[in-house]
Amino acid sequence: MTIETPARPTPASTPQPTRSRTVPLRREGPAKLTGTALYTDDMVFPGAWYGATIRSTDAHATLLAIELDPAFAWDRVVVVTADDIPGTNVVMSIAADQPILVPVGGEIRHHAEPVALLAAPDRDTLREARRRVTLRTQPLPPVFDPLASDVMFAHYELGRGDVDAALAAADRVIEGTYRVGHQEQLYIENNAMIALSREDGGITVHGSLQCPYYVHRALIAGMALDDAHVQVIQAETGGGFGGKEEYPSMIALHAALLARRTGKPVRMIYDRHEDLSATTKRHPAVIRHRTGLTRDGRIVAQDIDLVLDGGAYTTLTPVVLSRATIHAGGPYDVANVRIRSRAVATNTPPNGAFRGFGAPQAEFAAEMQVNRAAHALGMSPLEIRRRNVYRPGGVTPTRQVLGADVAGLEVLERAADASDFERTLARTAADRAARPPSARTARGIGLALAWHGAGFTGSGEEKMGSVASLELTGDGRIRILTASTEMGQGTKTIFPQLVAGELEIDIDEVELAPQDTSFVPDSGPTVASRTAMVVGGLLIHAARRLKADVEGRTGRPFGLSWRDDAEDHGPTRIDETFLPYPDRHFDDETYTGDAYPSFGWAAAVAEVEVDLDTAEVAVLSVVAADDVGRVIHPVLCEGQVEGGTLQAVGYATIEEIKLLDGRYLNDRLATYIIPTSLDAPRLETILVEAPFTDAPHGAKGVGELPMDVGAPAVVAAIHDAVGAWVHDLPATPERILAALGGIEPPGPPGVSAVSPVRE
Amino acid sequence: MTTHLVVNGSAFESDAPGMRRLLDVLREDLGLTGTKEGCGEGECGACTVLLDGEPVLSCLVPVCQVQGAEVRTVEALAPASGGLNVLQQAFLETGGAQCGICTPGMLMAGEAFLASGADPTDKAIREAIAGNLCRCTGYTKIIDAIRLAAERGA
Repeated sequence: MTIETPARPTPASTPQPTRSRTVPLRREGPAKLTGTALYTDDMVFPGAWYGATIRSTDAHATLLAIELDPAFAWDRVVVVTADDIPGTNVVMSIAADQPILVPVGGEIRHHAEPVALLAAPDRDTLREARRRVTLRTQPLPPVFDPLASDVMFAHYELGRGDVDAALAAADRVIEGTYRVGHQEQLYIENNAMIALSREDGGITVHGSLQCPYYVHRALIAGMALDDAHVQVIQAETGGGFGGKEEYPSMIALHAALLARRTGKPVRMIYDRHEDLSATTKRHPAVIRHRTGLTRDGRIVAQDIDLVLDGGAYTTLTPVVLSRATIHAGGPYDVANVRIRSRAVATNTPPNGAFRGFGAPQAEFAAEMQVNRAAHALGMSPLEIRRRNVYRPGGVTPTRQVLGADVAGLEVLERAADASDFERTLARTAADRAARPPSARTARGIGLALAWHGAGFTGSGEEKMGSVASLELTGDGRIRILTASTEMGQGTKTIFPQLVAGELEIDIDEVELAPQDTSFVPDSGPTVASRTAMVVGGLLIHAARRLKADVEGRTGRPFGLSWRDDAEDHGPTRIDETFLPYPDRHFDDETYTGDAYPSFGWAAAVAEVEVDLDTAEVAVLSVVAADDVGRVIHPVLCEGQVEGGTLQAVGYATIEEIKLLDGRYLNDRLATYIIPTSLDAPRLETILVEAPFTDAPHGAKGVGELPMDVGAPAVVAAIHDAVGAWVHDLPATPERILAALGGIEPPGPPGVSAVSPVRE
Repeated sequence: MTTHLVVNGSAFESDAPGMRRLLDVLREDLGLTGTKEGCGEGECGACTVLLDGEPVLSCLVPVCQVQGAEVRTVEALAPASGGLNVLQQAFLETGGAQCGICTPGMLMAGEAFLASGADPTDKAIREAIAGNLCRCTGYTKIIDAIRLAAERGA
């Protein structure tokens, strides 16, 4: 790995981050490496019962009755239905549309919809009871094709200039339609939640989750409890990637309802099949582009129509659509842009957050257009990007004027250099021209570029008003209090690192309070790559205030005086509340203004080898260059880029959910496949730093960036190898062969097939 | 039927039904929760343990099949004196563990590879951990860790 800081004068006012000289080791690493870290399913609660969810088996129906087999002794178990919900029968999210359990007489809107809950003292009894529950339903006609849906969750239209005139005047117009299907987060730890009913009538849950306060809010509404009677504690969490942003609220409610009814701790530990069948996936999308270009490769117009399939309920879809819409043009400064988007309902399980949050779908299509345009114009994919990529001062489709921290060109050049892109491209072209009919394999190289808005979209962060706290306790300990969760990305390491760096003390002196809502403030959800940038920034401000307070009282450097100060003065607690970054405004009504305080930039160059008989693709290498603003911890940061890049390679090549009658068919790990170590390419990471100057440390976030570029780079490399463009993801052998004209293309990704009607 | 087995050096008798998964015997009967369940069908490798030195998927092994065998789990890796063993330390330094849920299984696969004495080439290491899925790392730093441990003579 190399860290490249763009040669750019730093404004005099830029606060210089204090960086500790040594890179700390992952804080919770030893516990994870010795097997002592406690994930939810590792936690023991004596006398706990096991919970299960009875789900619909119809994609769309009216629930007529929940029938319990009279031959079974129902006093051995408890059964919970919608009638038993003390609060509102809604899983609180953006909209109040998704029920905790479908009531009798209510509408079932997807195949995995929860209808009733069971708990039993042992698994065998639970299994037996499950078999004795029958749902009586009246089927309703389902909608599976998002283009045929007339139920809309959200829609946007934005842009600037005169697109029609610019398209009419363009030398070339490239058109394309791109479709992408579902992608499963596939954290290796399944969703899991354990609820305890407390003597004071309250509920405590321990779970695998990203956002303690989302679960907290959902429990308050569904269980009709107040703040003080709901406690949410994050257990060690085995991966999230967005998949544990929102669905844990549903599972916590289910576990809480059963715990309330039984009076026992209740374990809701999903197995892989249930996790795959029921929890949220990346949104399928259909994206149409018309791109106008001049002969010399300047993009003069973009006309984009984007449709997301939200599945059966709103969940986070409007926000995913918002990010997809704003990113739809890709990282290019285009004077005439029109982006129209909508997210619609289908009778499939709801889609939700997954690393990238709408941007990977949108930018796959945008990058396909640019690569196809370069090919059509006989221009290098590198050169066309040089001519169009945003520079500082560039104007985005929301009319945001970009600042000095634009690094699109830097990441592009760095990735191209490190991969020897132009030379390799010339070689693959020569190989293609000289390829004998007996050739069995072909190699290709492909390039993609992306931008990714840092943190929440628009006014999201301002509305959230997150708090992070830092405490000097009365007994002289320094403790961080945030709700930001560790799920592998490194929160528990970089937070103490940032605070210790500011306070100029040893990192081991800084403790981290557990992610327990009875204890830590709401520092917002652990999503949107915002943790390092936003919450990390709050902690730096808090550390500066604590340092000033202590040094003001003692007259000595913090590192020499904090213990004395605690003894003499008692505890000091700093609560740092997010304040909007200066001079940034976003208008939710007109959808114009500063959509993000800053953008991260990413480029990827992929090399592939395609088997010319089977069209199987081996991704040989990916060089990724990512601008993260400021690298806080090189090892962890690189780990984010490598892991995200492989998820993108999986998205590009093998990961696809097939549906029949609205049900996921490959809902097991034997059939939903992800890359193994043998499928994984060689990964080279280049970290670029173009600091976000309004964050005290300059960080922009890293998690989602690599997800935006991998897929279009791989598909461009496949084109370079075999000469065919695959417009739909994943680029499976069937789709590649279809693009080569050999066979009928498989159905569009993400759209359910329908069983033939039986006579 | 009583199954006699040795787990992490200690003799143990299990009266569990013969078809009870070794994974459940370890996690629930012995409280050794370091071994994880990721899929329950032998696809992910999170439940990998060493059975007489060979890596096996403990979700696919019924306890009746381990009569007289020696089982080693992640809990046995660290030296009794505390700290980490060579491979664990290498994982910590290279960043081979992120969320940590695949880590115990990865470590056991890595231990088996190191014990085989095979040349720690990139290809050989990739093959040795091909049955263990990781969704966080892209595998690069796991491979680095195993190579580093081999170089340090683990």
